[in-house]
Amino acid sequence: MLDVKKIRSDFPILHRKVHGKPLVYLDSAASSQKPKQVIDAISHYYMTSHANIHRGIHALGEEATAAYEEAHQRTAHFINAASWREIIFTKNTTESLNLLAYTLTQMWKKGDEIIVSRKEHHSNFVPWQQCAAMHGLVLKIVEITPEGFVDVEHLRSLLTPQTKLVSIAHMSNVLGTVNDIKKIAQVVHANRTNDGDCTLISVDGAQSVPHMPVDVQDLDCDFLSFSSHKMLGPTGIGVLYGKKKLLEKMPAFLFGGGMVGTVTEKETRCGDLPWKFEAGTPNIAGAVGFSAALTYLQNIGMENVWKHDQELAHYALQRLKEQKDVTIYGSTSPKALRGAAISFTLAGVHAHDVISILDQEGIAVRAGHHCAQPLLDSMNLAATVRLSCYVYTTKEEIDACIAALDKVRKVFCR
Amino acid sequence: MNYDSMSMENILDHYKNPHNKGKVQKVDVINREKNPSCGDEIEVSATLNEQKEIVAVKFDGHGCAISQAAISMLTDDLSGKKIDAVMKIDKEDVLELLGIDIAPMRIKCAMLGLRVLQRGILKYEGKDSQMVSLSEI
Repeated sequence: MLDVKKIRSDFPILHRKVHGKPLVYLDSAASSQKPKQVIDAISHYYMTSHANIHRGIHALGEEATAAYEEAHQRTAHFINAASWREIIFTKNTTESLNLLAYTLTQMWKKGDEIIVSRKEHHSNFVPWQQCAAMHGLVLKIVEITPEGFVDVEHLRSLLTPQTKLVSIAHMSNVLGTVNDIKKIAQVVHANRTNDGDCTLISVDGAQSVPHMPVDVQDLDCDFLSFSSHKMLGPTGIGVLYGKKKLLEKMPAFLFGGGMVGTVTEKETRCGDLPWKFEAGTPNIAGAVGFSAALTYLQNIGMENVWKHDQELAHYALQRLKEQKDVTIYGSTSPKALRGAAISFTLAGVHAHDVISILDQEGIAVRAGHHCAQPLLDSMNLAATVRLSCYVYTTKEEIDACIAALDKVRKVFCR
Repeated sequence: MNYDSMSMENILDHYKNPHNKGKVQKVDVINREKNPSCGDEIEVSATLNEQKEIVAVKFDGHGCAISQAAISMLTDDLSGKKIDAVMKIDKEDVLELLGIDIAPMRIKCAMLGLRVLQRGILKYEGKDSQMVSLSEI
């Protein structure tokens, strides 16, 4: 069990008021709040150790380099990567997926195929769609089941010798549903391409890595992308994990300083992993803050984080189900594997009107299409309200949100 | 946003019983667009006379109370206005019409209908509709 009271005392922002009411922050799937340990780590770094990395052989340069490399090691440990060289820092999940899309699709031939699911966030949809258009590749869409999971049988039927890659989210940012990546990876890897390689799987872990234990070797995913800011760390730093043998074969994404081995007038040889993919001065302070966030989560234990998440999900689902005029999207079964990101609508009231009134009550939730227009279009929806929880969320906050729905009804349904 | 005010009553009134809903019979100006960030969609159609004055204007679409009420209120005020004058209507005018404080993130809701109409007028005049931005801040 989490000591949520103690955890909350680490988050300065949770003690502020909004419109004169205590803040109820239920928008962690968009971005989490930060504990003072993370905020302090960043300011401590700037106050004591900042210099550029991998360049000056002076004390500050060495301290900054050590801190930056340690952040890679801590990240590798956090997701059980085989080597810290498999960890590339980007600015966010979107950049990680763009890096993959731009570099991989360069290596493929006209007519090769990419598969993404119907419920992908735009960040795992648009880069593939656009890169496919650039290189004459085919983008296929795997449908989802009515409960909100990737339809594995449909996926099986879509795989062909031209299928180079399948890229899907681990946990849906709209529905909260968690795909069985281990099983999907087996199905994907069992497919042989016409080059004799197996089809690759890229996982968008933006919602899963912050909330549940994720072991890349156990899942056997080829790539995993996620962001620091959704897991207690600062904005502006994200991660791309990739199997070393694959990253070595891929061309560089951005060019410049820091990513090179040797440069002559005519030719540039890329440097070692992961620097080959980290051109230019990186977000060093971001890496330091992210490292502190990982330590904070490891101290709680990801098993405990996930238990808390599921408990809140079940509680929120049960409370929402009691509301006759609320429609919940995605599986509401107590047995379904899902996290505490829950989308719903209130009959007769537009999602934006719901959240404007909740905002008056100090409650922060999100409304919109959650950057997943293909999914919402398929459900004939323009927008939903989404509440999402994290380690600092309490059942009382979910109660406050449900109670505030009465205010919405009072305004709109009179 | 104060949801207990008289202005809010008025907004909810327009939202629940919109004025000038539908499509004009003789279409001179027509434009339908979606606010990509929230999915609200509005179509505005208008009939013009020879002086390029609006003689009839209607809207259709779906969305939140703010976006729907704002265009409903606007259509009440547009008859007899020259299209040049319509192009000059701005944020302050719409907010005055609504009569409530709008959170910054929702200004684009309030402005959607007007911007759709203004882009429609630009198209009618053979100009680049992108000169007016949909994503108001």
